[in-house]
Amino acid sequence: MATSTTYGARDHARAQEGARAEAMPVVPASDWPAPPHEAAHLVWAETVAGGNYTHRVLARGTEFRLTDPRGDACAHLLLHHADRPWERLNVADTVKVQWNAYLGEGVLLLSDQGRVLASVIADTSGRHDALCGTSTLVRNTERYGDGTPQSPSPAGRELFKLAAAKNGLEPRDLPPSLSFFQGVAVREDGTLDFTGSAGPGAAVTLRAEQDVTVLIANVPHPADPRPEYVSTPLEVLAWRAEPTRPGDPLWDATPEGRRAFLNTAEFLAARGTA
Amino acid sequence: MKTTGTTASADTVTAVTAVIPARAAWSAVIRAGETLTLTDLHGNQAADFLVYDAHDTAVRYSAPDTVHAQGGIFLTTGSVLMSNEHTPLMTVTADDVGRHDTVGGACSKESNTLRYGHHTWSQHACVDNFLAEGAKHGLGKRDLVSNINWYMNVPVEKDGTLGIVDGISAPGLALTLRAERDVLVLISNCPQINNPCNGFDPTAVQVTITGAGT
Repeated sequence: MATSTTYGARDHARAQEGARAEAMPVVPASDWPAPPHEAAHLVWAETVAGGNYTHRVLARGTEFRLTDPRGDACAHLLLHHADRPWERLNVADTVKVQWNAYLGEGVLLLSDQGRVLASVIADTSGRHDALCGTSTLVRNTERYGDGTPQSPSPAGRELFKLAAAKNGLEPRDLPPSLSFFQGVAVREDGTLDFTGSAGPGAAVTLRAEQDVTVLIANVPHPADPRPEYVSTPLEVLAWRAEPTRPGDPLWDATPEGRRAFLNTAEFLAARGTA
Repeated sequence: MKTTGTTASADTVTAVTAVIPARAAWSAVIRAGETLTLTDLHGNQAADFLVYDAHDTAVRYSAPDTVHAQGGIFLTTGSVLMSNEHTPLMTVTADDVGRHDTVGGACSKESNTLRYGHHTWSQHACVDNFLAEGAKHGLGKRDLVSNINWYMNVPVEKDGTLGIVDGISAPGLALTLRAERDVLVLISNCPQINNPCNGFDPTAVQVTITGAGT
């Protein structure tokens, strides 16, 4: 197709509509080929390439499922309150308040304000990490030769900076993150064992308990011992659902969690958004 | 807060000592090569600690980078306190205690309502100390991240159960940190009275900044 004129260039660009790539957002999400729920309920359907990032604002009560189809995804995750980004995921409070260093079904992702940002409602992986954070430009340059976002081995923190910027946030707004699908275990002496992936097909489903900005970087775990940069696609699907309410088993699963849900409910009621 | 005078030895090493009373906050810029010694005067006192690049506070302590860099969750002699850009901020050069926590973060009025109940809301908490002391240096809430808890004992069981338990520090035990660059240090001498990190009774700690002698 001749692109030497504006008409030709326009035709060339428009002819790309409908092209498919392995990693891409499907818009509308209801076109996703195998929806886990009624297709009409889907609000986000995307395959995130290895070494790439994504971000979305999700309404309270939206469920989102992260899937590792090939077994070498690692979803580094940050959550900020959508309207008040200075309220954000606090990993230390998340592990300390719930008396557990490991992530899994039933874990609440807590903000620094004593409230729930999201809950983990299903998990078939069991290989996650709340201790090591994500990778950095310095480390990826040492290990893989480069860590810049457009390189073959982007660092998670560099991708988080871009995802944050697209939501009006700065590097100061990036606290320690969580990572899903690549695990770490603590030995008795405090040293860490990298336990790696549970294999292809593992999935984690989370539920937004407030309106949240979700930032995801899909990059190798910083403790991944392999010399090469291995990062396979991550699938993200989200659909409209209901937030956790009183009476839900999760609401009363622990006294700490119940108070976190109560704090959240009070906050939302005072805002007029309960 | 009580700050004692400057002393000079023959090789021009200077030292500035301050006592941080129970529940109080403290901050200082430590120049590259200087050391900061923290002494648990009465034993079993947790000292919550944040450190920033003094010239670019967007570069600040990263608990996960530190944990990842050393391959373990406990801090002791040899531990390098890493920034969020994976660069060294300070190094632990001496430690009488053996291990310190960097997983549990700071207590806050908000997290206390989850951990113990809403009756704790009116009590003192480290995050308030960090906010008040940090504000003197232009730092705000966005600048607070997971911190270090010197002297605090937080083991992790095989099944992942984690919690603050009785301390292993004792009166007079100290640790020393060397600044690897000019750093801003914030300390909240933890006011927590609901868990064993202070033996339920906050007490004073002492800080001493020693010059590089150059």
